[in-house]
Amino acid sequence: MIEVKNVTKIYKVGDSEVHALDGVSLKIRDGEMVAIMGPSGSGKSTLMAILGCLDTPTSGDYLIDDKDTSKMKEDQLAHLRAHKVGFVFQQFNLLPRTSALENVMLPLTYDGTKAKERVERAKKALELVGLSDRLHHHPNQLSGGQQQRVAIARALVNEPSILLADEPTGNLDSKNGDEIMAIFQQLHREKHQTVVYVTHDMFIARHTERIIFLMDGKIVRDEAVKNPIKAGTKRPDEVLVNGNHNNNHKIIEVLQ
Amino acid sequence: MNVINNVRVAIRALRANMLRSSLTVLGIVIGVAAVVALLSIGRGATSNITEQVESMGTNLITISQGRSFRPGMGGASRSSSLMYKDYEAIQEKVEGINGISPYYSSQTQVSTTSRTTNYSVIGTLPAYLEVNNLEVETGRFITDTDNLERSRVVVIGQDVSDDLFEGLNPLGRTIKINNVSFEVIGVLASKGTSGIGSADSSVIIPIRTGYARIFGSMAVYNGNYTLSGITISAESKDFIDTIMYKVELVLRSQHKLGLNDDLGFTISSQEQMLSSLSDISNTMSAYLGAIAGISLLVGGIGIMNITLVSVTERTREIGLRKAVGAPQKAILFQFLVETMTLAVLGGVIGVILGSLIATIFTYLDLITAKVTFDVILLSFTSSALIGLFFGIYPAYQASKLKPIEALRYE
Ligand SMILES: Nc1ncnc2c1ncn2[C@@H]1O[C@H](COP(=O)(O)OP(=O)(O)OP(=O)(O)O)[C@@H](O)[C@H]1O
Ligand SMILES: [Mg+2]
Repeated sequence: MIEVKNVTKIYKVGDSEVHALDGVSLKIRDGEMVAIMGPSGSGKSTLMAILGCLDTPTSGDYLIDDKDTSKMKEDQLAHLRAHKVGFVFQQFNLLPRTSALENVMLPLTYDGTKAKERVERAKKALELVGLSDRLHHHPNQLSGGQQQRVAIARALVNEPSILLADEPTGNLDSKNGDEIMAIFQQLHREKHQTVVYVTHDMFIARHTERIIFLMDGKIVRDEAVKNPIKAGTKRPDEVLVNGNHNNNHKIIEVLQ
Repeated sequence: MNVINNVRVAIRALRANMLRSSLTVLGIVIGVAAVVALLSIGRGATSNITEQVESMGTNLITISQGRSFRPGMGGASRSSSLMYKDYEAIQEKVEGINGISPYYSSQTQVSTTSRTTNYSVIGTLPAYLEVNNLEVETGRFITDTDNLERSRVVVIGQDVSDDLFEGLNPLGRTIKINNVSFEVIGVLASKGTSGIGSADSSVIIPIRTGYARIFGSMAVYNGNYTLSGITISAESKDFIDTIMYKVELVLRSQHKLGLNDDLGFTISSQEQMLSSLSDISNTMSAYLGAIAGISLLVGGIGIMNITLVSVTERTREIGLRKAVGAPQKAILFQFLVETMTLAVLGGVIGVILGSLIATIFTYLDLITAKVTFDVILLSFTSSALIGLFFGIYPAYQASKLKPIEALRYE
């Protein structure tokens, strides 16, 4: 279980302060699948970074399995990141001049996986995201969507019990987005992994059991999805026609 | 943490950044090559000078005209000349002498039918040969009989022979010194040294012949013959100090100088000469070393530049590695291996290149460079340290950042 207790994150820029997170509290049970939504700048990425132990809150606590991360040493955090958490970055963050395969192998370098096993597992992860034919391409030889899928494969490869993804489908068309949703739902269903992802797309968000809405660094709504969409379900026409982004704002307005 | 694993990571990272890696290596190569070449040349010059001095003979003491500078010494200052009689007195009164050779030398015109050159013509005694550690290649050296009879005979050095006779056998031929005909009776074996005062360019005649026919009134003072200098070889090293002291006493009594009067002569041992020469060459080595150090520093700054330029990207890389679970020590180890690889590679190439440059210098006869192990070790370690520092320090800084900060670094 992961638990966020009254967390704030304040960035100082010159003389002014940005309250990226402003008293956020939430609990996510093991094996839960959650979507985080909210307008741009509302603090979604900031929250995800804290959940992924990539950043620390200005105040408040973050507990993983009842253990307070703020009391942990740097090496313990590294251990958590290596074994417990998989993270998909909004900006992919792939190593340049390094093949897709080696990028995906990277987390296995640090979690004690044997050298022989790494290649196999990395290949499997890339196969899962449909990139078996791009193993030796460098990031600059891949499309945006393909880069995103490499980033997802990298987050999956060490089978983390918590998978965190910051807009994992942002650069994908609906077909590829759907495949990613299928993967996430499968991990959630079969391996009971906790899956948390950020999205601007209500249709994608409704593939989860729970949607959390952020606004100006605060959780403004946190509710269960009544009938989670199964991956592979056709997107309702109107959502497609209206385009994702505008539609989300409408939904958010309605929710408020 | 697995060592082989980290080495593999480092090598993969090096290969992914080929250009940057090569530039770093190049920086180290230039620094190390410069240090090795310059220090080797310095070492070569030092041992050159030492060898040259040692080839002059062993346990040598030289007495020459001229005041040794001794600050703070009071007393009357009288100019007096080194006399032939001084030589006789020293020979008679000082013990422990193996050989003693007085000489008078003067720049004089020497000519054959086809050539005319200026040489310093030396008038001396047979002992000159042994005292100065010389050997006769062909013919014979001057003898006491030659001297007593004031024979017009001359022994020449190898360079003089080559100059005047151009490969012909000089024995029995005639050369003119100051328009007086002399018969060449011997040629000295080459010592391989060159320059003024070198055996290879000497022209040696019996001293009495010189006084009578060549040196003229310049060599006479108050009706007595003067000398340019006296060279003494001591029986053993242990006698050198005593001999020098006794020689001084003899000279003082000969010239009627009190103990506090300024001695108008310089008495020096080969050892003193060696040490002052090696002082000079050490200074030279130090200068070359300083230049070499600067080039190493420049090389180091080159490395630093490349590291700093790449630090943005590498900081992101470090952020990412931390984000996927790399502990700080794994990152430091990776960078350690990376920079070590570059430093060692650059160091090895630099040592080879520097030795090559030194060898080429030697081969071209510009200077005899000596590549010694300590030079190689010194340049190698200093380059490795510079490389390590400039490679590791930025990485260490970056590895302390939180992953998200490192990933956002610009
Ligand atoms: N390193 C930083 N320094 C200063 N301000 C920051 C920093 N990172 C984020 N912010 C600010 O914090 C707020 C939240 O940023 P965050 O990246 O969490 O937004 P987001 O919800 O992920 O937006 P988007 O949907 O556009 O990705 C923004 O106003 C942003 O300007
Ligand atoms: Mg974001």
